[in-house]
Amino acid sequence: MGREGQTRGGTHVILRAHDIRKSFGEFPALNGVSLEIKEGEFVSIIGPNGAGKTTFINVVTGLLTPSGGKVFFKDRDITGLGPLKLSGLGMARSFQLVNIFPELTVLECIKVAVVSRLGRGRRLFSSLARDQEVHAKALEVAELFGLAEKSHTPAKKLPQGDKKLLDVASAFALYPEIILLDEPTSGVSTRDKHAIMEILVSASERIGIKAIVQVEHDMDIVFGYSDRIIALHQGKVLADGTPEEIRANEEVVNTVVGRKARALGRGA
Amino acid sequence: MRAAGLAVVAAVILSVPFVAGDFHTTLMLPFFAYSVILLGFNLLFGYTGLLSFGHSLFIGIGAYAAAFLTSKFGVMHLEASLLAAAAAAGLVAAPIGALCVRYVKIYFAMLTLAFGMLFYSFLLKFYFVTGGDEGMRVLQPFLLAFDLSAMPKIRFLTGPYYYYSVAVLAVATFVMWRIVSSPFGLCLRSIRDNPNKAEFLGVSVKRYRWYAFMISAVYAAVGGALLGPTTGQVDPNLAYWTHSGNIVFMTLLGGFANFFGPLVGALVFIFLQDTVMSVVPYWRFVFGAILAFLVIFAPGGLMGLLDAQVARWGEKARHVGAPT
Repeated sequence: MGREGQTRGGTHVILRAHDIRKSFGEFPALNGVSLEIKEGEFVSIIGPNGAGKTTFINVVTGLLTPSGGKVFFKDRDITGLGPLKLSGLGMARSFQLVNIFPELTVLECIKVAVVSRLGRGRRLFSSLARDQEVHAKALEVAELFGLAEKSHTPAKKLPQGDKKLLDVASAFALYPEIILLDEPTSGVSTRDKHAIMEILVSASERIGIKAIVQVEHDMDIVFGYSDRIIALHQGKVLADGTPEEIRANEEVVNTVVGRKARALGRGA
Repeated sequence: MRAAGLAVVAAVILSVPFVAGDFHTTLMLPFFAYSVILLGFNLLFGYTGLLSFGHSLFIGIGAYAAAFLTSKFGVMHLEASLLAAAAAAGLVAAPIGALCVRYVKIYFAMLTLAFGMLFYSFLLKFYFVTGGDEGMRVLQPFLLAFDLSAMPKIRFLTGPYYYYSVAVLAVATFVMWRIVSSPFGLCLRSIRDNPNKAEFLGVSVKRYRWYAFMISAVYAAVGGALLGPTTGQVDPNLAYWTHSGNIVFMTLLGGFANFFGPLVGALVFIFLQDTVMSVVPYWRFVFGAILAFLVIFAPGGLMGLLDAQVARWGEKARHVGAPT
């Protein structure tokens, strides 16, 4: 999964969206999107602003209810299910804007997910500080993301890149089967983007995540890490194929990727 | 360090009846009761991020539960009053909380205020049950099955009842400390910081808010039951919205970000109120000015100021110790 030239997706479909529609008033943000994500795949969703990328992620992860269509996760109809139930089924996500718990420390932010996954949240009188299992699992994830040394730093005091990592790390701490990342490198310097992606891919391998779906604008990242690329335009799937197929698709290059980016992607 | 500080505080509290006069010793009794109330209130406000303006509802339930048991049913054991207060508050808080926690911010505050005022109106209008604006008597209760009715009231209050209240506060503090230090406490803090993210990490936001609401209601009722024996009387003003306002004031005064902040706020509030009232008749004017000052210049309250000062001392000590 991920990184050019490495393992490509399997055949078992883990996530399937069928004819997804979502309108905001008169504006159709999604106009019949159908796609499949297979186990082992790293899929990037690209498209110009307003193409419906984030709306699609929001519909799949239960933040928005679709106006029409169905979403299936592990062959189960999850249309309209909220984030709480989806997290229990093995789906996690991160957000375009940094989404952390500012007053908690780095380790506590990750512990929230671990506590939730282990079903410890209703333990009213047990000591969290003495729960070795929660501590060890949270520290393991912090180490995977290079945040262990900052375990006791309040999340609000982290630099922007680390905040982004923490947002993703806490989602990874759920040990999900699929994770949907909304612009995981947005707001991060170009120098740090590849470092974040490398951490992300190796952490997903260690944790055993079956599929990653990301929304991304940086074509260098998109072509460098994706097994498959899905281009959205005006709420519809414009193209769906391997990076090579997308590069060769003139319509996608003209409306989404751009010629300069295609050249960049080829060099990656 | 923290244990040593707590030991000093405990020693001071336990020695008050021996070193202070009866008046100041009895002033400590509402402090103990309000401390229990505030521990619960701050679980909801400081730890879960929900500001209730109707907490006096549960204080009233606790106080009237004690009054009913002693003066209507002749059940004189204070332990029974505390249990009945907790049970009644839990029963009332379950449906009210289930509704209120569906809303946040000003909507939550206004809903709780509305329920508080409903109960206040009930206490006032159902005269034949509650005694209306005259309220109800709270008879001197038995403590740990000991009938102390032969003891003069002031000796009862500054002796056995003082230490009984200290014990209740100690247990309430220990239990609340365990709660906020538990995985459940972490989930509450995550909800306070970012409910959207918490939900995506599998934290059932509404359910946990509901639990916090019920726990805080039980604490308020237990504190309310402790208030009655001090004055020997309860009245509807206990459930009036300005009483809820006092609870919010005490919390802001001490600092909601610190576990002990609201308790410090209660202590300062009670003794300051007594002092100001003895000097000027317009004590609410003075307290209004203090509240405005706090919100603008010290949003962290007294404990926030103390924490900041300790941090400055630590910084200075590091500079002094640093090699040049």
